[in-house]
Amino acid sequence: MEIVLEPGRAERHYWRDIWIYRELFAILAWRDVAVRYKQTVIGVAWALVQPFLTMLVFTIVFGRVAKLPSEGAAPYPIMVYAGMLPWFLFSSILGGASASLVTNANLIGKVYFPRIIIPSAAGAVALVDFAINFVLLAFLMLWFRFVPSWHLIFLPFFIALAMLASLGPSLLMTAMNVKYRDFRYIIPFVVQFGVYVSPVGFSSSIIPPKWHFWYSLNPVVGVIDGFRWCVLGGQSALYLPGFLLSLGIVAAFLWLGIVYFRRTEKTFADLI
Amino acid sequence: MADDLVIRAEGLGKKYVIGHEAQHERYLALRDVIARGARNAWRMAADMAKGRVVVPGDEVEEFWALKDVSFEVKRGEVLGIVGRNGAGKSTLLKILSRITEPTEGRVTIKGRVASLLEVGTGFHPELTGRENIYLNGAILGMTRAEIKRKFDEIVAFAEIEKFLDTPVKRYSSGMYVRLAFAVAAHLEPEILIVDEVLAVGDAEFQKKCLGKMSEVAMGGRTILFVSHNMAAVQNLCRRTIVLDSGKVVNDASPAAAIPSYLAQAIFYSNDLANRPRPGWARQWIRGARLLDSGGVERNSFALGEEITVEMSFAASAATALPVPGMGVVINHLLRGTVGGINTRMTNQKPKVKSCTAGTFRATIEVPLLQGSYSIDLWLDDGRSDVDVVEDACRFSVEGSDIYGSGQTPYADLGVVFMRCNWEFIQEPSTTAALGAHSFMDH
Repeated sequence: MEIVLEPGRAERHYWRDIWIYRELFAILAWRDVAVRYKQTVIGVAWALVQPFLTMLVFTIVFGRVAKLPSEGAAPYPIMVYAGMLPWFLFSSILGGASASLVTNANLIGKVYFPRIIIPSAAGAVALVDFAINFVLLAFLMLWFRFVPSWHLIFLPFFIALAMLASLGPSLLMTAMNVKYRDFRYIIPFVVQFGVYVSPVGFSSSIIPPKWHFWYSLNPVVGVIDGFRWCVLGGQSALYLPGFLLSLGIVAAFLWLGIVYFRRTEKTFADLI
Repeated sequence: MADDLVIRAEGLGKKYVIGHEAQHERYLALRDVIARGARNAWRMAADMAKGRVVVPGDEVEEFWALKDVSFEVKRGEVLGIVGRNGAGKSTLLKILSRITEPTEGRVTIKGRVASLLEVGTGFHPELTGRENIYLNGAILGMTRAEIKRKFDEIVAFAEIEKFLDTPVKRYSSGMYVRLAFAVAAHLEPEILIVDEVLAVGDAEFQKKCLGKMSEVAMGGRTILFVSHNMAAVQNLCRRTIVLDSGKVVNDASPAAAIPSYLAQAIFYSNDLANRPRPGWARQWIRGARLLDSGGVERNSFALGEEITVEMSFAASAATALPVPGMGVVINHLLRGTVGGINTRMTNQKPKVKSCTAGTFRATIEVPLLQGSYSIDLWLDDGRSDVDVVEDACRFSVEGSDIYGSGQTPYADLGVVFMRCNWEFIQEPSTTAALGAHSFMDH
């Protein structure tokens, strides 16, 4: 095995290197998952408490108090929960990945590996939480005797979409956070803000039709609509132009995130 | 590349960009301030957009940490890399271990490179010993299969069988170090990088590292060893590269190269705040001076003279030291550690409740032989060490007629001189003629 190190060299073998370091990726992801539930009393239940209570609050505030409509005949709690699943996936990746480089500073300064595996490993943690939350959705459906449609088979595609949608901004944020620690203050704000800007507690069908296309500039709109389409089936209609716009925004952010991350990662060890 | 070469570096250079605040003119027009602010903002925005490193400051200066460094290393060679702080040693190692890219030049490396890192880099305190072995192994570059194969060996080496499923945060520091070292010791890289500056802080770990190094060297592997400890360099390395201001100034056998390093190492700054430290150390030790018995700053002392080591420290306001304490370790530059002492050992605590800044003076009596010495300074808060600066200052001991005999002690006979009361008892024997002149008579 012969390695040549020279300016710009790592750039050319980028994707091959990531493949070589896949075991490290797996073990870092496993570490993040394991550490998350160490020394907690109720452990995994934490993953359930937050979305469950949020769902209750949203159902009461938006469904009962504001009397917003659900989608078709779907019970409001299921409609809310089907939107919260991708939202929590999106926001927990964003939160975890953005801080990840700085929290792993000691590794970055001392060992070589493609840096992109650190924010990506944060995605694995979010996926585990997502799986746990999904079980709760199944219970909700049993409780309300709600039968999902055959659209459910497309769910993996939308899960991947939710992850990609958050990976782009995450890479951008975490790379900038290495140099400008200001960015860590932005994330909690974005997450807090986003839950109201995105159709989490309500259905995007209440947006006036003439605005629906532009509403989809928020990439999470496409992701959440897609989830509801899968889970609620015929009760929810997927607005295609808006969805395609969301897809485009997701792709643009992903491209931007990867390009910026790759361009700056060479200097992480010097800055962190 | 020739068959027996494992590393070839050609014209390596690494550039950093540092920013300065401009000297402010005495009369500063608002117009100038705005113009400069706009210029800087524009430059920073342009850099940010291009993904370049943004450097704050009015003037930007380029700084070459390494420049035009070329060398070759053969398989099985043990290469020492020495130089003053800031000479570029750590930058060179960072490039070789791929942590940072060179700005120019190229390196060709044959085989797997691994570094002996600071104790437990990548350990997670919440994870158990077993889990940390896998985590740390993967971080150091072992595959899962490799770790699995060596798992029992690692556990046996670290002697932690009973605590394998205990989180490492409950480990004693000794167990922690043993485990960290056990994992590192079972790496089998073709090229091993040891940066002693990174590994300081634990004498036991350091000793083990050196032991492991000689073992690895015996096995025909290549080692790059960075150290301030000339004794270790002389014992372990067959070849030594001396770096100064980012350039190779000497490349020869240790016996030939070390004197040139010692010669350039005379200049020493008293400002210790920015010296390299191990990861746990807080940057609280600020400065150090050596004083003679008259309170005059000196760097050369006569045999047997008292040396006063003065160390000032300043902790951050939020974290006052409950009982500040000082430690001093004296090292002979060629022969290693002479000894050390600290305030905990002698149970002498300053009479303060807690304080954030102060100056210690330690007046030390050691019968050091002629030679060059360095001092490591430690700062503790009454319970544990909070900062260390290795090689904080240096001094030399000059020969003098300490015995009043017209002779000086032999400088190459160890590190201390002795005082002695000789006695001679004559055996009653037939050679009675000897008894008349005991050799102690002058």
